[in-house]
Amino acid sequence: MKYLDEFSDPELAGKLLDQIRALATRRWAIMEVCGGQTHSIIRHGIDQLLPEQIEMIHGPGCPVCVTPLEIIDKALEIAAKPDVIFCSFGDMLRVPGSSSDLFRIKSAGGDVRVVYSPLDALTIAKENPDRQVVFFGIGFETTAPANAMTVYQANRLGIKNFSLLVSHVLVPPAMAAIMDSPECRVQAFLAAGHVCSVMGTSEYPILAEKYRVPIVVTGFEPLDLLEGIRKTVLQLESGRHEVENAYARAVTAQGNTAAKAMLEDVFAVSDRTWRGIGSIPDSGWQLAPKYAYFDAEERFSVTDIHTDESSVCRSGEVLQGLIKPHECSAFGKECTPRNPLGATMVSSEGACAAYYLYRRLELQEAGHAG
Amino acid sequence: MPAEETAVVDLSAWVCPLPLRDSPNIVMGHGGGGAMSAELIEHLFLPSFGSAADAELGDSAVFDIGGVRLAFSTDSYVVKPMVFPGGTIGDLAVNGTVNDLAMAGAQPLVMSTAFILEEGTALTDIAGIAKALGRAAHVAGVRLVTGDTKVVDAGHGDGVFINTAGIGIVADGVDINPTRAQVGDVVIVSGDIGVHGVAVMSCREGLEFGTEVCSDCASLNGVVADMIATGVDIHVLRDPTRGGVAATLNEIAQASNIGVALVERDLPIPADVRDACGLLGLDPLYVANEGKLIAFVPREDSDRILEAMRGNPLSAGAAVIGECVAEHRGMVVARTALGGNRVVDLPAGEQLPRIC
Amino acid sequence: MCLAVPGRIESLEERDGTTMSVVNFGGVRKEVCLEYIPGARVGEYVVVHVGFAIQRLDEESARSTLAEFEHLGVLEEEFGDGFARAARAAGIEPKETES
Repeated sequence: MKYLDEFSDPELAGKLLDQIRALATRRWAIMEVCGGQTHSIIRHGIDQLLPEQIEMIHGPGCPVCVTPLEIIDKALEIAAKPDVIFCSFGDMLRVPGSSSDLFRIKSAGGDVRVVYSPLDALTIAKENPDRQVVFFGIGFETTAPANAMTVYQANRLGIKNFSLLVSHVLVPPAMAAIMDSPECRVQAFLAAGHVCSVMGTSEYPILAEKYRVPIVVTGFEPLDLLEGIRKTVLQLESGRHEVENAYARAVTAQGNTAAKAMLEDVFAVSDRTWRGIGSIPDSGWQLAPKYAYFDAEERFSVTDIHTDESSVCRSGEVLQGLIKPHECSAFGKECTPRNPLGATMVSSEGACAAYYLYRRLELQEAGHAG
Repeated sequence: MPAEETAVVDLSAWVCPLPLRDSPNIVMGHGGGGAMSAELIEHLFLPSFGSAADAELGDSAVFDIGGVRLAFSTDSYVVKPMVFPGGTIGDLAVNGTVNDLAMAGAQPLVMSTAFILEEGTALTDIAGIAKALGRAAHVAGVRLVTGDTKVVDAGHGDGVFINTAGIGIVADGVDINPTRAQVGDVVIVSGDIGVHGVAVMSCREGLEFGTEVCSDCASLNGVVADMIATGVDIHVLRDPTRGGVAATLNEIAQASNIGVALVERDLPIPADVRDACGLLGLDPLYVANEGKLIAFVPREDSDRILEAMRGNPLSAGAAVIGECVAEHRGMVVARTALGGNRVVDLPAGEQLPRIC
Repeated sequence: MCLAVPGRIESLEERDGTTMSVVNFGGVRKEVCLEYIPGARVGEYVVVHVGFAIQRLDEESARSTLAEFEHLGVLEEEFGDGFARAARAAGIEPKETES
C-alpha cells in the first residue's frame, strides 16, 4: 500500500535506531498513548531493538479495554433482545462482560453482526424496517466522526429504527489523569496519531506545559514510531517539553475542521468511567440532547445492571502503565487470550494480549509466563 | 470413563480453560480451526467417544488392511458465500478431502459426497455446485462412488452443506505424519499465502471490498506425487486451511515437540493480500489457504524438493520460510523484518476485522 | 485505536445527499464516505478509518519525511560523531562524549 509500506523499511529503521542509541545518555520512560502503537511496537519487536535506557510504558489508548463494564453489560442485554439486530466492530465481540460476551449472546440466538463501518449498520436498519438496529459506538476521537455522521444521517433520513450505544472516550483528559497519579513514572508522551488527524494538536501545549513533558504526535508504522521516539529522546536530552508533530503527512495543527464541527453538533462532553481506571471528569462524549432519540440507552430501558469485575484482574494498573502485563500474577496462567479476565487481554490492542501473543518466549525464559 | 447414562459433560474435569467455562453452548470460534476447535475435540469428543476412538488427530487416518496402507479422511463444507471469486463450495468439498489424503502421502482414489440442503434453495444453484464438484474430482483423478442427500427445513440450514469422505493408498516407504518433524528440518510453503481467506472475505456481508484476489482452491495430490517421486524422506505435510499457516505450524510444533523459527521476510505474501489484510487489521499468517501445503523436510534435501515443487504449476512459488529448532519447543517464533522477534500464537478462534 | 490506512480516491458520487467514493488501497477497493474532506478530488490520497476519510494524506510531506530518514546518518559517517551531529541538528551544543 502506497504511503504505508515504505514506512516499514528495515534499513531506514536501522538508521533511526542508531540515532536513538547515539542520543540516549540516561534512562527515559516514554508512554505511547494509543493501543495501536503498543500493538505495532511489540509486533515488530521495536521494544527489543530500542537501547535499554528507553522504556516504553504502554498507555490506556485501547478503547476496547477501557469501555466501562456497565456499558458492556448493557450492550449484552440489548443484543439479547429478540427484535434487535446488534451491530459492532469485530474488536468488541470477545470482550468479557460480568458474565457473558457478544459471542455467547450470538451463540444463544442473538442477532449480532460484525460490520466494518457504522454506515453498514445504518444500511442494515434501512433494509430491516421491522427490527431495531443498534450500533455499538465505542472508540476514541478517531472513530467519533464516523459514529457522529451515522447518527446525523439517521436523523436526516428519518431512519427511526436505528440507535447508537455510545461509549466514546477522550485522550487528553486520560493523559492528565495519568500524570496526576502519584506513582506516575511517565516523562514523555507519544500522542496518538490518528486521534490528532481528527482533533489537531491544540489540546496538547497546555499538558506539555503543566506537566513539563514532551508530547510528540506519532504514527503507527515502524519508521513513524521510531521517529516519534527519536524526537522525544532529543527533547528529553535537551531538557525541552514541547508539542511536536512527527506524523505530518496525516496530522495538521488544526485537525479536521469539518469533522470537529460535526462532533460539536452530535456529541456533548460528559464524565466517563474508564474500565480499570475509574471515573475521569469530562473525559467522554455522549449524544447531545437534540439527538437523544437515537441514544440506545434511552430507547432501551436497561436496568438492573450489577457489574462484577474479576478481583484478580489488574487491567487498570496495566492501562495506567503502573505495571507491565507479566507483573500480574494471573498473566499467562488464569488469564490468557482464550480465557481473558479483563479487557487488556482480549483486545488485540491491549498490552496484556500483545505481551502474551508476541513476548511469551522471553517471559517464559525469564520465568514469568505460565 | 463416563457412565453410559451420563449425557452432561463434567466441566469441572476439564483441564484446559475455555473462554467463560460455564458456557453450555457452541460458539463460532469452535469451528475456527484454532485452539478452541482443538479443545473441543480433545475435551469433548474424544472422551465421549471413549475406547472406540483413536488418539490420532491428523487430517487423515492411515491404517493397514491386508498389507495395503489406506488413508481415510472426511471433511464438511459450510462455507458462506457458496460461490466466491475463484471457486465454489463444490470445489472446496473435493479439494479439501483430496488434500487431506495427499497430506498423508496418499494417492486419493474414491470419494463419497453427502449433501444437506436447505428447503427452498434453487435447483440451479445446486446444479452449479455439483458441476463444480464433478469438475474438481475429474481434475484430481478421484471417482465419486457413493453419496447421500437430506433436506432440512427452511431457516435451519445455510443453503448447502456438503460432507465428503475419501480413501487413498499410501505407497510403501512413505511415512508422512505430524509427529515426524525434527530439529534441523526446513519449513517450505508451496506458494502465496492468505489468498483464499481474502477472496472469501471480500464478498462477506458487511465487509465487502473490491479486489481481484481469487481463491487458490486446488487439489494438491499432483504436487505431493512429484515430491514423493524425488525419493526424499518427507517428514510432514499439512495444508494450512482454517487458522492459516500459523495454526498449522503450531499444531506441528506441538505434535513433534520442536520449535519453529520463521523468517517474516521470506513469507510469500502477495501485495493484494497484504493490502486487504492491512485494511481489515488481519494478519496473513492466520488467513485460510485452500491450495497450498507446508512441508517439513530434512535440510540436506530441501533443494531437491524445491526443484520438484517448482516444476509443478501449483507450487511454482515454493519457498523456504523457516526451520525447526531445539529452542522454544512447541512454539512458533518469527523474526520480524526489523530484526526483533515475536511469538506466532495458535489463533484463539475466528479472526475478526478490527478497528483498533 | 486506530487502524487507519491511506488510499487513493478513484471515483466520487452523491448518494442521499452524502459524498461517497471508491478508494483504492493498493489494489483493494472500498467504499468510503468523504463528507469530512470537503473539495476532495479523484486522485487525492486520504487516510481512512472505518469507512470514513478522516484526513487528507499529504504526499509531499510523506516523501520528504522518507527523504529525511534516508539522509539520517549519511554525514556522520564522514564526521564520525552521531550524537554530536544530532545535537547540532537540535540546535544545542554537543557535550563531550564520555568514554
